Amino acid sequence: MFDKKAYEILQIIEANGRMETNKLAKMVDLKPEDVDQYIKELEEKNIILSYSAVIDWAKVPVQETVTATIDVKVAPKRGVGFDEVAERIYRFPEVRALYLMSGAYDLSVVIEGKTMQETARFVSEKLSTIDSVLSTTTHFQLKTYKHDGVIFDKPDEDRRIVVSP
Amino acid sequence: MEKIVSENSRLSERVATIQPSGIRRFFDLASKMENIISLGVGEPDFVTPWNVREASISSLERGFTAYSANAGILELREAIAHYMRTRFRVCYDPETEVLVTVGASEAIDIGMRSILNPGDEVIIVEPTFVSYAPLVKLAGGVPISVGTSAETNFEVRPADIEAVITDKTKAIMICYPNNPTGASISKEKLNQIADIVRKHELIVFSDEIYAELAYDHDHVCFSTLPDMKEQTIVINGFSKAFAMTGWRLGFVMAPPDLLAAMLKIHQYSLMCAPTMAQHGAIEAMENGMEDVAKMKLSYQQRRNYFVKTAKEIGLPCHKPDGAFYAFPSISHTGLTSEQFAEKLLMEERVAVVPGSVFGEGGEGHIRCSYATSLSNLEEALERIGNFLKRHTKNV
Repeated sequence: MFDKKAYEILQIIEANGRMETNKLAKMVDLKPEDVDQYIKELEEKNIILSYSAVIDWAKVPVQETVTATIDVKVAPKRGVGFDEVAERIYRFPEVRALYLMSGAYDLSVVIEGKTMQETARFVSEKLSTIDSVLSTTTHFQLKTYKHDGVIFDKPDEDRRIVVSP
Repeated sequence: MEKIVSENSRLSERVATIQPSGIRRFFDLASKMENIISLGVGEPDFVTPWNVREASISSLERGFTAYSANAGILELREAIAHYMRTRFRVCYDPETEVLVTVGASEAIDIGMRSILNPGDEVIIVEPTFVSYAPLVKLAGGVPISVGTSAETNFEVRPADIEAVITDKTKAIMICYPNNPTGASISKEKLNQIADIVRKHELIVFSDEIYAELAYDHDHVCFSTLPDMKEQTIVINGFSKAFAMTGWRLGFVMAPPDLLAAMLKIHQYSLMCAPTMAQHGAIEAMENGMEDVAKMKLSYQQRRNYFVKTAKEIGLPCHKPDGAFYAFPSISHTGLTSEQFAEKLLMEERVAVVPGSVFGEGGEGHIRCSYATSLSNLEEALERIGNFLKRHTKNV
């Protein structure tokens, strides 16, 4: 089932997860029921993991959060490498993303907290105290310019003249 | 317009007898109105890919602000020749057979001026780009139109070309994928045109500006047909494929004798294409194809959406194979294409271009560019649907 059409469908719903099936079907030149079938299978295979919106939270007055990226050095354990410690870290609900990195440190942890203090407490009390964690370096995000391929605050006007050859 | 000639003797007759573009009138009308959804735009809705813009900025930073070689920066001509060799399997010598122009439009102009003597005829397959016939006239030639129709998917019938050939016929102008119809042409039909070209020793202008935007069939470059390289002026450019319309950068490929003649006109009238734009174009040629593929897929998806929805709202539309235009029929409304476009603009604030401005075979159609956001397309089609409910004749 994974073919060119599946790839096209994935690209479209990655950019707009709310696209109606009918419209999507027209774009990829399939029947709506075929598109539903594709999506069902892609969900079953865990290729489509979830549907989310990219939100500029800075513009939402009630919700204030801080996001930090933490570089973590880890002593890998025999037999399980980094996976065991990674699992312990990603289970924390504060953790938004976790990557195994090459280079100066091992894990990159993205966490979100309500305040800077809350974030700092997570690092000092929960993350640093894990046995295998050797060191952490915390970077707070100051402003989001682009996230998940979406440019924030981009003026989206059409600069073209109304009619042209 | 003939009247102007006699009244305004300051103008050259060639210029005075040429009508202003029919597109211009709709631009003037639409630009005075607000909240328009425009399907009248003949250019990509993407901004030039960043790496291309960056290369041009870098060119300025490094101080490349002087003239380039008349024919264009050699590195760019080499990149173009490499593109033609790898993409279409046709070899052009970057030193003698490739010329970088100020847009494909200049390429057409200098091509016409290079080969035409007063009274020479150029066959133009229509409906087509608005500039061809005026450029033939400005070069002293006589445009002879051969129409196509939706019944044949706007593919020209070679017999129709042969029927209008006279002793004065010098060239044939073709453009596939086509503006305004989006039609392509089969290799078989191109070979039949090549037979006619061979038989009557004609020159073919093959405008391949939309070559990278062919969706359902691989584009065939006319000069790859047997013996046709010697007879063909291939016109192309960066505007459509790389979303570089405002850069005004095209290129033309032709046998050395024709290219040398074009170069003469180019060097006396324009000297060279803008240098910083050429540096951007080198980047486009060398590293731009992934972006082209992404943009092409996006146009293709919007084409699919447009054609299917058009049919649902009662706007009969053949499936265009390339470019970013659909050319639906509006003949069932009983309105001329001009009336339709004007009423649609006034009543529903949707800008389209009347098919009649693109020449023979264009009447009864409107050109809709689907190079606009999906939400714009959705809204525009809904408005056109409302319009059709009011204006479709009861049969």
